[in-house]
Amino acid sequence: MGVATLPAGGLNWLAVWRRNYLAWKKAALASILGNLADPIIYLFGLGAGLGVMVGRVDGVSYTAFLAAGMIATSAMTAATFETIYAAFGRMQGQRTWEAMLYTQLTLGDIVVGEMAWAATKAALAGTGIGIVAATLGYTHWLCLLYALPVIALTGLAFASLGMVVTALAPSYDYFIFYQTLVITPMLFLSGAVFPVDQLPVAFQQIAAFLPLAHSIDVIRPTMLGQPIANVCLHIGVLCIYIVVPFLVSTALLRRRLMR
Amino acid sequence: MNGQLANLKTTIADPHQDHISLSERQGRSKSKAMDSPSGSLSPVAIDLAGVSKSYGGKIVVNDLSFTIAGGECFGLLGPNGAGKSTITRMILGMTSPSSGTITVLGAQEPGQVRLARAKIGIVSQFDNLDLEFTVRENLLVYGRYFRMSTREIEAVIPSLLDFARLESKTNTRVADLSGGMKRRLTLARALINDPQLLILDEPTTGLDPHARHLIWERLRSLLARGKTILLTTHIMEEAERLCDRLCVLEAGRKIAEGRPHALIEEQIGCPVIEIYGGDPRELSLLIRPNARRLEISGETLFCYTPDPEQVRAQLRGYSGLRLLERPPNLEDVFLRLTGREMEK
Repeated sequence: MGVATLPAGGLNWLAVWRRNYLAWKKAALASILGNLADPIIYLFGLGAGLGVMVGRVDGVSYTAFLAAGMIATSAMTAATFETIYAAFGRMQGQRTWEAMLYTQLTLGDIVVGEMAWAATKAALAGTGIGIVAATLGYTHWLCLLYALPVIALTGLAFASLGMVVTALAPSYDYFIFYQTLVITPMLFLSGAVFPVDQLPVAFQQIAAFLPLAHSIDVIRPTMLGQPIANVCLHIGVLCIYIVVPFLVSTALLRRRLMR
Repeated sequence: MNGQLANLKTTIADPHQDHISLSERQGRSKSKAMDSPSGSLSPVAIDLAGVSKSYGGKIVVNDLSFTIAGGECFGLLGPNGAGKSTITRMILGMTSPSSGTITVLGAQEPGQVRLARAKIGIVSQFDNLDLEFTVRENLLVYGRYFRMSTREIEAVIPSLLDFARLESKTNTRVADLSGGMKRRLTLARALINDPQLLILDEPTTGLDPHARHLIWERLRSLLARGKTILLTTHIMEEAERLCDRLCVLEAGRKIAEGRPHALIEEQIGCPVIEIYGGDPRELSLLIRPNARRLEISGETLFCYTPDPEQVRAQLRGYSGLRLLERPPNLEDVFLRLTGREMEK
């Protein structure tokens, strides 16, 4: 892959993270509200409406069941949005990456920094919903704290996938395909709004490969204080979704930016 | 890195002796470059040997060789599409040559790019400042890309802003700056790591003449401090005013190399009369005997003649002609070498 591409090690990527943090700080309130509003509306819209019809799911109230799904989903959405629209803007329109590439940062440093930043925003978004859920008694504060690392891992996995999309996209117009054909179906296949075992067997088998499903399989029992099955498998799958797309996106971006 | 820190410290310790903002020292010389605060300049800053680059069968840079000495201002001069940007990208290790070797500050590109990068400052062709950040924040963020601490960066910001004449704009959003100010900030930003070598890709393209002159003056002050500059430009005046030596490019090939005035002398060597407002072909037949050489470009007839008075006398009878007599310049050299004008 070449010296100029791999992360240079150390904390080089932190310079990229800090740049994005500074930019975010300037519009933090709007960003937080924007990231929280959507999943909270879903949580209460679906929770109040469907919750009455559905009653209890897997032994807990529907809203408590849904809360974990919404936390994972909001982490997915936040990381995805940050790496497709925002990072693409920094690569293409604003030329921020060009400025970075002319310094001591490598392409790998930039990609890691962008992913870390997207995961930070994902963790913020997920935690925001968690705080609402905990305040209303749908989970315990301590359980939310335990779930936090998995929320961050979920963010990293979707950031990593998003970077591949960014590396491939000729323009903003292509992101809608990723959103409607990958992200939205994932929401319904991964047990975010209803248990995966409600799906036909074929779809259940697909779900076994989806990062969001593995994320929810850890976050939900953690938040509900239930025992977690196959923790290592779920974390392992999330890690694969972090590492493999990272290598792919870095190679693709090298071809795109350094030819 | 340690050397750089030492330099930063001298800046902090003694603002009068600082090497960032400085009193103008014109009439620079190579010896000055050697005892400059930047210290150990390698005698060769950049060396290209037989470098070619092609994209999908299209040759963009064709067997190019040149050497840039430390402390020198070297220009890559050519029209858009001559390969200037590709050459700078290769020198910066952003892309590999298809063949040939590139050495920058003793490091082989693109493999050892990171070795050289610490000692290079870059002003790219298009502004890539963070528009929503203030001037100060832009420098802060950029310094971190060179692994500088916040304290180290804060220490050099005043002298950088002084150099860029942006002292009063410290907390202004970059989006609110004029084009010339943005360019000066980009230049100041490129100096944050106290580089030995500056690479400037079309630094004044799109600026008004006043802003352009201010940038040139700032660049001359950097040369006086012993920095090496590689400059790409299609602006003849820029190349003529700043460059110690230059390389004229066309379609990826070197068509001439040398000192600007030597090139002008050697290729042209006599005054020029530009003649507008007549049929250039008809007029060229008339004045041919008194001209050393004639070039037609569009509506204009360029007459190179050691005896301008004679030519003027011949044209006296023609009404509606406008004659402009001037000393020869690099534009004439380019026209002579390629048969085309550059700035169109």
